Amino acid sequence: MAKQLSERMLLSGDEAVALAALNAGVLLGTGYPGTPSTEILEAFGALGGKAQWAPNEKVALEVGLGAAFGGARALVTMKHVGVNVAADVLFTATYTGVSGGLVLVSADDPGMASSQNEQDNRNFARAAGTLMLEPADSQQAYDFTAAGFVLSEQFGLPVILRMTTRVCHSKSIVVQRPLPQPAAAPHFERKVSERVMIPAHARPAHRRLRDKLARAATYAEHCAQTIVELRGKALGIITSGISTMHARDAAPDASILQLGLSYPLPMQAIRDFVASVERCVVVEEGDPILVTELLAAGLKVEGKSERFRFGELNVDRVRRILAHDESEEAKVPAGKPPALCEGCSHRPVFETLAKLDCIVSGDIGCYTLGVLPPFSAMDTCVCMGASIGVGLGLRHVLPEAEARRVVSVIGDSTFMHSGLTGLAEMVYNVPPTGHLLLILDNGTTAMTGQQEHPGTGRSLLHDQAGKIDFEAVVRAMGITNVSTIDPMADAAGLEAAITAALARNELSVIVARRPCILAAPKIRQYEKAVAEKLMAGTACCAAVAE
Amino acid sequence: MTQEKVMNVVLAGLGGQGVVKASDILADVAFRAGLDVKKSEIHGMSQRGGSVATDVRYGTVVNSPMITRGEADCLVVVAPDQVEVNRGVLKPGGVLIEPAVLANAPGKLPAKSINVALLGALSTHLDLPVALWEDAIRANLAEKHHKLNLEAFAQGRAAAEGVSEGRIA
Repeated sequence: MAKQLSERMLLSGDEAVALAALNAGVLLGTGYPGTPSTEILEAFGALGGKAQWAPNEKVALEVGLGAAFGGARALVTMKHVGVNVAADVLFTATYTGVSGGLVLVSADDPGMASSQNEQDNRNFARAAGTLMLEPADSQQAYDFTAAGFVLSEQFGLPVILRMTTRVCHSKSIVVQRPLPQPAAAPHFERKVSERVMIPAHARPAHRRLRDKLARAATYAEHCAQTIVELRGKALGIITSGISTMHARDAAPDASILQLGLSYPLPMQAIRDFVASVERCVVVEEGDPILVTELLAAGLKVEGKSERFRFGELNVDRVRRILAHDESEEAKVPAGKPPALCEGCSHRPVFETLAKLDCIVSGDIGCYTLGVLPPFSAMDTCVCMGASIGVGLGLRHVLPEAEARRVVSVIGDSTFMHSGLTGLAEMVYNVPPTGHLLLILDNGTTAMTGQQEHPGTGRSLLHDQAGKIDFEAVVRAMGITNVSTIDPMADAAGLEAAITAALARNELSVIVARRPCILAAPKIRQYEKAVAEKLMAGTACCAAVAE
Repeated sequence: MTQEKVMNVVLAGLGGQGVVKASDILADVAFRAGLDVKKSEIHGMSQRGGSVATDVRYGTVVNSPMITRGEADCLVVVAPDQVEVNRGVLKPGGVLIEPAVLANAPGKLPAKSINVALLGALSTHLDLPVALWEDAIRANLAEKHHKLNLEAFAQGRAAAEGVSEGRIA
């Protein structure tokens, strides 16, 4: 992608964000893998940017915030539900503000192609109080990312770049443009009253935040991201993100106001637009956020009916919204559902759990597919790390015979993400029947496309990195019944170990370890490359010693 | 090259059949022809052997990356059992291209290149230069796979031309 400015490129939205971040002089990209955001940091790393996976989104945003406190530009990426994990950081980072530009990518998944909910993260801009940019295609993903760093520095606030699955994963044409403002060199500047959020500092900080947002609202009135396309006067559409593209196709003669900077809102520009057309419809995917705010402001706009809150919009659905067409939408025939791969090491685990009639508190990853036939061996799955807490809650209240059947099942990357605090709860508040945690360690973050994590001991680009030893951590936290089993090689041993653990009123952890069948050949290559690098290093040192 | 009417092509199949790769090649051909192009699919769970469908739209100006059901000009299906699931995307009179068309191929087809062979069949229905198809195949596949896939493309093309000639006769 080392192309000249003005040359056309065909890029996904994710790749466009990575390229813009590189060109903007971002010194650090960090995040946690999550569809549809994962490819951003992979592309940023492949382009030569410093990219790293954090154990979870909260840590990623903290690291990004630290970099921005130090005056550097930083990019932090995650899927929509990841922002929930990072929210604790976000809601006070808007108080502290930043020195270097900080762009947080929230990749939402309306329609839930690969997620447990379809929350609309436009709500976060309002709740935390920060600027939000919403690109509609790869070119805007590039342009808005670049603008995001400048805006973040201009207003001293983290900026959320909200993408959606269709923007992240669609490819469209991008032309690189020169950036308005280069990155400054990082340096530490002491700003205690702005950075240390004791109440005495936080009270004025909240007022500063509201002042910044008021200035940003004024800026939004005439900025490059508030885009008016004047066509006919009969119909006007106010929209943001991918819905802009659907609206252009659905109503080629309509005037369109695209709110590329979708928070804070440019209220005067919106008023002027509404006044310039005979009928004005708000076309927004997800929650009715914009329409509610515009109606509250007394503007004469129409929204959509409740049914269009669910799932993605598309050209047909936008046509229906515009025509008040409430007739039944054609059912799209169900395709073949995904399944655990043939030869997947999770298969014998779920066969065993089904056979033993366990109550399985599950978690997020490929192994969530254990819920589907032929296994039908999962009873709960809520959010990253919930397997442990939910399993413990069940153990605490169920009658003994049922409590004894409860097993928590978590994957390796998810365990690193948010399993350690669940484990602390398990050691601290032990249920009367004890508990069993199964860590399914397939050596990769498989579901999102085989990313590394602290348990693999390799970096984002698969070089050597620090490594966390699961069994050692579990023992150090106070659990004595710890065993490791290859579930493919020894299914009988796995069954015996689970049976024994369920019978005793103690805490047990079983690590079911075998590499993901898709990742295994690559893992062998990475290990070989790391070993060769070490050998080369040793040979080099030996040569110097001689 | 200009093309006022936006062409809508849906490629479908199962995870692991090279559906996304085929759509990358088609999008690249349109890109090389100087046209606006958008390509859209859903990743994620679909990588675990489930159904995959990807939309490619090209023309002078393309807005939405998604093809409306009932408006696709062409539908390419790599897995025979996915034809019925996807048939609804085609407009009336739209072109369906499925593996059965390859039965008319003059030579033998490698099983791993069915996706590219079907692109060969598709290419006979689209107004994009063959040289750009060949460039895009080379650009999107590792060098060791070039010969096999260029041959598969030619076979698919020949098969479809045979069929259409048959129809005319």
